[in-house]
Amino acid sequence: MTRNIKSAALVLKDGSVFEGEAIGAGSSEISAPVIARGEVVFHTGLSGYQEILTDPSYAGQIITFTTPHIGNYGTSAADSESSKIFARGVIVRELARRRSNWRSDDSLDSFLKRNEISGIAGIDTRRLTRVLRDSGAMPGAFGTATESELHKAAQSEKGTAGKNLIAQVTTTKPYVHGSGKFKVVAFDFGIKTTILNCLGEFATVQVVPATTSAAEVIAMAPDGIFLSNGPGDPEMVHGAPETIRELLGTGVPLFGICLGHQLLALALGGKTFKLPFGHHGANHPVRNLATKTVEITSQNHNFCVDADSLATKAEVTHINLNDQTNEGMRVLGANAFSVQYHPEAGPGPHDSRYLFAEFVARMEAK
Amino acid sequence: MPRRNDIKSILVLGSGPIVIGQACEFDYSGTQACRVLRQEGYRVILANSNPATIMTDPDFADRTYIEPLTPDFIEKIIEREKPDAVLPTLGGQTALNLAMELFARGKVGVPGTPELIGANAEAIATAEDRGKFKEAMIEIGLSVPRSGIAHSLPEAQKIIKEIGLPVIIRPAYILGGRGTGIAHTPEEFVSVVSNGLAASPISEVLIETSIVGWKEYELEVMRDRNDNCVIICSIENVDAMGVHTGDSITVAPAMTLSDVEYQKMRNAAFACIRRVGVETGGSNVQFAVNPLTGEQVVIEMNPRVSRSSALASKATGFPIAKIAAKLAVGYTLDEISNDITKKTPASFEPTIDYVVVKIPRWAFEKFPGTSGVLGTQMQSVGEAMAIGRTFTESLQKALRSLEIGRMGLNCDAGETSYAKFSDDELLSQIAIPTPERIFQIGECLRRKISIEKVAKYCKFDPWFLDQMLSIVEEREHLSTASADSLSKSDWIRAKRMGFADAQLAWLWGKSEHEVRAARLKAGVRPTYKAVDTCSAEFSAQTPYHYSTYEDESEIHATTKESVIILGSGPNRIGQGIEFDYCCVHASFALRDAGYETIMLNCNPETVSTDYDTSDKLYFEPLTYEDVMNVIEAETLSSGVAPKVIVGLGGQTPLKLASQLPSNLIAGTNSESIDIAEDREKWSALCESLSIAQPPGGTARNVEQAIEIANRIGYPVLVRPSYVLGGRAMQIVHDQDHLRTAMLEMDQAGSLGREGGLSSERPVLVDRFLEDAIEVDVDAIRDATDEVLIGGVMEHVEQAGVHSGDSACTIPPVTLSKQIVEEIESTITKIARALSVIGLINVQFAVAGTTVYVIEANPRASRTVPFVAKATGVQLVKVASRVMMGATLGQLRSEGLLPEKVKGGHVSVKEAVLPFNRFSEVDTALGPEMRSTGEVMGIDDSFARAFAKAQFAAGTTLPETGLVFVSLNDRDKSGGVEVVNGLTSLGLQIAATTGTAKFLTEHGCTVSRIVGKFSERKSDGKGADDAVKLIEAGEIALVINTPRGYGTRSDGEAIRKAANNCRVSVVTTLSAATAAVQGMIEQRNRPFSVMSLQEFHGRQ
Repeated sequence: MTRNIKSAALVLKDGSVFEGEAIGAGSSEISAPVIARGEVVFHTGLSGYQEILTDPSYAGQIITFTTPHIGNYGTSAADSESSKIFARGVIVRELARRRSNWRSDDSLDSFLKRNEISGIAGIDTRRLTRVLRDSGAMPGAFGTATESELHKAAQSEKGTAGKNLIAQVTTTKPYVHGSGKFKVVAFDFGIKTTILNCLGEFATVQVVPATTSAAEVIAMAPDGIFLSNGPGDPEMVHGAPETIRELLGTGVPLFGICLGHQLLALALGGKTFKLPFGHHGANHPVRNLATKTVEITSQNHNFCVDADSLATKAEVTHINLNDQTNEGMRVLGANAFSVQYHPEAGPGPHDSRYLFAEFVARMEAK
Repeated sequence: MPRRNDIKSILVLGSGPIVIGQACEFDYSGTQACRVLRQEGYRVILANSNPATIMTDPDFADRTYIEPLTPDFIEKIIEREKPDAVLPTLGGQTALNLAMELFARGKVGVPGTPELIGANAEAIATAEDRGKFKEAMIEIGLSVPRSGIAHSLPEAQKIIKEIGLPVIIRPAYILGGRGTGIAHTPEEFVSVVSNGLAASPISEVLIETSIVGWKEYELEVMRDRNDNCVIICSIENVDAMGVHTGDSITVAPAMTLSDVEYQKMRNAAFACIRRVGVETGGSNVQFAVNPLTGEQVVIEMNPRVSRSSALASKATGFPIAKIAAKLAVGYTLDEISNDITKKTPASFEPTIDYVVVKIPRWAFEKFPGTSGVLGTQMQSVGEAMAIGRTFTESLQKALRSLEIGRMGLNCDAGETSYAKFSDDELLSQIAIPTPERIFQIGECLRRKISIEKVAKYCKFDPWFLDQMLSIVEEREHLSTASADSLSKSDWIRAKRMGFADAQLAWLWGKSEHEVRAARLKAGVRPTYKAVDTCSAEFSAQTPYHYSTYEDESEIHATTKESVIILGSGPNRIGQGIEFDYCCVHASFALRDAGYETIMLNCNPETVSTDYDTSDKLYFEPLTYEDVMNVIEAETLSSGVAPKVIVGLGGQTPLKLASQLPSNLIAGTNSESIDIAEDREKWSALCESLSIAQPPGGTARNVEQAIEIANRIGYPVLVRPSYVLGGRAMQIVHDQDHLRTAMLEMDQAGSLGREGGLSSERPVLVDRFLEDAIEVDVDAIRDATDEVLIGGVMEHVEQAGVHSGDSACTIPPVTLSKQIVEEIESTITKIARALSVIGLINVQFAVAGTTVYVIEANPRASRTVPFVAKATGVQLVKVASRVMMGATLGQLRSEGLLPEKVKGGHVSVKEAVLPFNRFSEVDTALGPEMRSTGEVMGIDDSFARAFAKAQFAAGTTLPETGLVFVSLNDRDKSGGVEVVNGLTSLGLQIAATTGTAKFLTEHGCTVSRIVGKFSERKSDGKGADDAVKLIEAGEIALVINTPRGYGTRSDGEAIRKAANNCRVSVVTTLSAATAAVQGMIEQRNRPFSVMSLQEFHGRQ
């Protein structure tokens, strides 16, 4: 029996090599050699690969799924978090040969090919995860090119720190989503569809490019302002902290998620730092300090707010119980709050969707 | 909210004997609970009737009551101990039902009585009462199948008019799906509803639209008193709805749910646990999903720790029972640390980077007359679990873990049996769920029948079928290769898909050793990964491993002297929890003595596979390949080969002993094991020691068997060699019957799977010693030649009833001092002759004054835990130290070996049989073991201890009413005393003409004479027969002693009727005599309760 296997390898910046086989774009027998490069991270969620791949926050990154079987339930147009795959590549242990789910309209392999994204399968993803856990998220390259070319590519890759990736993911033109009674202006730093859908349940969302000025926003007379998630290093999103600082003065309720949370912290004069290997998963316990309850949260961030740097400016509302890092805050003296994790889920648990209700309450109180 | 200080003492309710649907998973959960609660400083009082459990070791509780789990006895325990709280959620359905009965009596859960912690009475009622549960689910907006509740057949008929057929019928308050069934036709409907009403203790059934063929899922949920909820594990059933989840092949995590669907299910599970009101602890919520539309419905929830939660704990490394116990005493999830990472809290959801497959193991071959078809009522007796990185790897590992002679998904000798079927025949076979189905599907796929077509018949999700197809395709690819030509990458690919060396050996016509050698030459060895709850996000501190074929291994070198303990694999009749007890005890004792203990087992229900029982845990199949791989990996990582203990896990490890390096075997060597197993060598040894054996011989065919029988005279006992639990053993009274018996063993049908009859596997034909008393002895011999007699057990049932199905007593009640001394000196002689180091069990038959030896097993026996509980000597702890080189003298000075307790108490062990699951089966006891579990009664006399054991086993000893007595001729004279005893107690006697005549002639009063069932007139006229009276509810107890096989027809019908109508049946005169003595005792002096610690005089 013949098998259609095209060998591929993954090389990390530290020189580690993992052998596997090509999947997705460039995996057919006639494909030219491919190289995919980026910062290699791992995600520990058991489901939601399509949402993760299409989450703009993964721009610049290669995603390793720790769950061995990926692609089992195929893909479905309804589950994309944006118009395309923003990740640079995907690493799996086992790609499903056959998809099976009533919602599915395509296979993951074909979905990757349509999006021109390459992947590598068959590697010891647990070994890779242990390397990343111990050494931190690391630049790497994989593909069907020769190992020496992959080594070179891995060496030249810089990672996400000190890079502004927002331009790649933000909308170029404003657009409207939903038709709820409140008017919310949402800064698109790489906004996920599930967030738009959550906001759309109660608001007419005016989505604006990342570089929109405070004056332009104020001119729209919003009931609320939303700061979206997005990829990379918050310190590199030039101009956004200043804009946010101006908007805080208006008293319009402001809600931030993920990168939005980090940018709000920067606007208050706080600091952010890079976590060793980030939080990428759907099982992170977060304590809500007000209610003392624990929420299981969906997370995807490499950078984190230094809560000490905000001691007088904001009150910490949520902390991560695994590593005690900051997960949420309420700004003192302004109508703003934000969380580091993803209350909208998509993928992940819905435990924290009450935060959208809090946003509504703040707008109603206004 | 930390630990509650307002409660000081807690009564933990155990689950009683091992029965189908309730096995050692509750020993696992109960043991965890007891340990945790004691660590937290509570006074723990434990009630459990099962002596084979680890939780009933006197070390695990402050007070251990081995007493019947009936409301009366628990009340007595409560009165005596006055606990502040009762924890009913870790002892299965038994504990939950007990709690509800006690609540109804006003003895728990109401002011002034112990508080129910874990789940209160209202929550239990909401979850367990089908009607209430359905209402509650509708109230919170969850979908449930359309249904109605009926308490009678007419009510049921009304419901069916509304919802239509097919329907599924589930009785309320039952365990393991007992009495549940599916009805497609009006006829089936009547029969299933009637059974269901009979099975429900409150005569209530739920009738609901059949969702057979839908996908089935389970979520394991935990909740704390701060209302934090987490999902520990999702489980997807490979078998669709229609097969009980306990009988389904299941996989974790869920494989074919998108995140959108999974989160919807997760939300529903939380809503369910909140609405039902389980305040703290673990629950399990079951869902069905329409594969075509995604519609999700809630099927049921268990407001307690369950078999699935044990599986989920082993699958994820998250100890649900332990955490549930902590939550029950006030902690919240975020206050408890994750044992495995040590750094992160328990308030998270485990994520796993491997696939877990569980496959049940059945015992239909022991219950002739059963259909072997799986349904909504659980019938399996055990299960194996496997961990691999992919579904294919785990599936094949799980299949070979079952020890049913199969090495994976076909590609072994077993697959040849499908060759005779056409494609159409196979397709119609896979439409019916049976234990064989998975292999039949494999064969269909090998024949290139499309996945769509196969899915149409078996209802497996196409994703699973495609995975199976990839195994089949890989096998086709491998068949074109050979052991020497296979490239390293192809080797790895095959191993990653779970192929065993034995499968490749079969495929290539080589021996397994040749394949292994070729593989090692190619440099292909397994790697061992860790189960860490977090997919490697955090470093794991707990060495819980599984094998797979990857780049990197994670095992740590051992610095201490290490020892591997081979477990006993999936539970089966004849090999169950007793052996897990032995392995766990050895691990504890050797750990205490400074060894590093390494457990190897594949049974997810057990304490042995708890990650903190041993220093290291390998969750692996117990095959030669997998065991050798672990030995080699440990040797490579530490530089020193570990010792291996094969004598504590029953037959499973013992059978491997001869293949393992002999220098590594701890204790009795494999040559001695072989002498005891090999009939001819064994006979020669007995002869040389002048030990009497029943006359007999070894037959390899019918003619030889007849020749032997003619020489020694009938009746004879025939039994195949190398089988467990008296498999296919029969007592034969004449030549015709002997022919039938031999034929049955010869045929592939019943014994084929276990190897059939061959020159390597001869049949033993022995003179059957009628009316002999059987005696079991456990002893330990050390290297200084000292032999310690652990316990001498006299069986209550006479020879001919398998020792595992017979009640027995310590100390013996009828044996003379001289006989006991002779028995003790004989076992000493045998232990010495076999150079036993460690445990030995010998079975004797005492006929008159002659002591015959039946068989010897130089290993731990089923009775060891019972002996330990009866005598206060921890035999296995002692034996495991002896196996590693300690002497009995040394252990005495260490204090590990105290003197046997001589408190004047009597301990009786009684077997528990699963007949309520198999209505078509004759309940008469015989030489083939069929019990699944055991109970123990302890009291100050044999009669009282025996009566307690009967109560514990669920036998009703009535105080009033009509007793039907039917005795074989040999038992008639002994029956006079029994009948007089019964009438003196005020009971009335019914008997058939023959028995009645004899009884009245001997001065007994027979108040009702009944006709023979076999003479029943078709028009229903004539005298009432026993079956009719039983079915009419007029009989309170049946005493029916069958003899031989000729006179069975009437008796069999009577016993079946009694079984189905839940009337207790006593099938031997000896048991009847003991029971009557017990009933007289009960009348004379009410029963009291006492703890094991008090019986042992240690408190």
